[in-house]
Amino acid sequence: MATPSSAEHRRPARTLHRFANPGQFLRLSGKITPWLFWIGGLVTVGSLTWGLFFAPDDWQQGDTVRIMYVHVPFAWLASAGYFSLAVCSFSSLIWRHPLADLAAVEIGPVGAGFTAVCLATGSLWGKPTWGAWWVWDARLTSVFVLLLLYLGHIALVRAFDDPTRGYRAGAILALVGVINLPIIKFSVEWWNTLHQPASIGLTGAPTIAASMLWPLLGSAIGFTLLFAAITITRTQAAVMEQRIRSLLMAKASSMSGEESVS
Amino acid sequence: MRIFWAVLSRDLRLSMRHGADTLAALLFFMVTASLFPLAIGPAPDTLGRIAPGIVWVCALLAALLPLDRLFGADLEDGSLDLLMLSGLPPFGIAAAKAMSHWLVTGVPLLLAAGPVAIMLRMPEDGIPALLLGLLLGSPLLSLFGTMAASIVLGARRGGVLLPLLVLPLVTPVLIFGASAADAAAGGFSPHPHLMLLAAMLAAALPLCPLAAGAGLRGAVE
Repeated sequence: MATPSSAEHRRPARTLHRFANPGQFLRLSGKITPWLFWIGGLVTVGSLTWGLFFAPDDWQQGDTVRIMYVHVPFAWLASAGYFSLAVCSFSSLIWRHPLADLAAVEIGPVGAGFTAVCLATGSLWGKPTWGAWWVWDARLTSVFVLLLLYLGHIALVRAFDDPTRGYRAGAILALVGVINLPIIKFSVEWWNTLHQPASIGLTGAPTIAASMLWPLLGSAIGFTLLFAAITITRTQAAVMEQRIRSLLMAKASSMSGEESVS
Repeated sequence: MRIFWAVLSRDLRLSMRHGADTLAALLFFMVTASLFPLAIGPAPDTLGRIAPGIVWVCALLAALLPLDRLFGADLEDGSLDLLMLSGLPPFGIAAAKAMSHWLVTGVPLLLAAGPVAIMLRMPEDGIPALLLGLLLGSPLLSLFGTMAASIVLGARRGGVLLPLLVLPLVTPVLIFGASAADAAAGGFSPHPHLMLLAAMLAAALPLCPLAAGAGLRGAVE
């Protein structure tokens, strides 16, 4: 974030809405996004190479454990993506933040894609280790519900002729669905699940070997940067689309105005 | 509060006058439940084992049916605008609508669930837990349903969207409701599952009408 200038010191109320200006957003994001794509891509490729070829295999699961370097970051991002969707929805409901509306609409498909990949890789991992593609334990079910919430949000925001109405409806739904996030997080502790409990936490030492932890964290950072880059690019496109639409609308209304005069 | 009762009694009177529409959800519940013995076979062991799940799923689907018209008719003829101007805050209107949905759809389902469970050869020990679970769960269905109905109000395909939004949200209700009945049928205590349902109801009772009120305000803007 830029250092606040003296003009903004005089008007502190504007600081929050500085990023609500779509032009400002396009200028800023145009500079940031290429960096996000390149750094994210390089970090992802590097960490995945490390994880897939050089990290040790598991003493029980063998090479199968390498699915983790894709599965775990995507699972984190599926939840984190929904959280960012909820934050956007919150600011769209409270402050009527116009960019938050667009960002919420664009996070939906990206988050749904990440959730779907998380479920698919989990299924591929489950077959050799559990002997089943799918089990209905609490973790898998709650992530599946997360996917359904994403899909419901995607369908809902696009179901209205008036986009503003869609933004508000989607925001309410996204905030209600937040209840699912703690359920996903704690599902492996509250219920006796086949899915393992968390190996990495904010408090306490991770119960995963450091030789596996570093490539995992690396790929998590890489995929996070890519998630951000995709979302920002989609939001840029949405801003452009909105501008084109309003230009076309202005043109159409001026043309119909001329006809009615003549 | 007086307006709340007025809105509620108006809704109840409306559904009394359209008796056939009101009974449709109940009939749907009984017909779908009776399809399972025909599809799976009438073996009492299998049927009795899955009876709680059948009753719960059918009740869930039947409760969805009237949601489309819950606010839809009021929006079309303009009475929703008048309701919003009545002085009752939007969440009050939503609460009254949820209560009318429960009284008109939830209570009949609750009454029919016992006989349907017996027809499905459910073990008798599980039936009180099933009904208690439904007693706590059906208001939850009404609350979540009202909220989703207010959100999709004015959407192009609101009727199709509604189940997509409601069903993922009510999966916890289904899970704990069905497992309470399952536990009782298997000789365990249904207590923990019922307590969790009651906790969910206590949380949804104030929060769902608030969300539904926000949806209503967006719809009439």
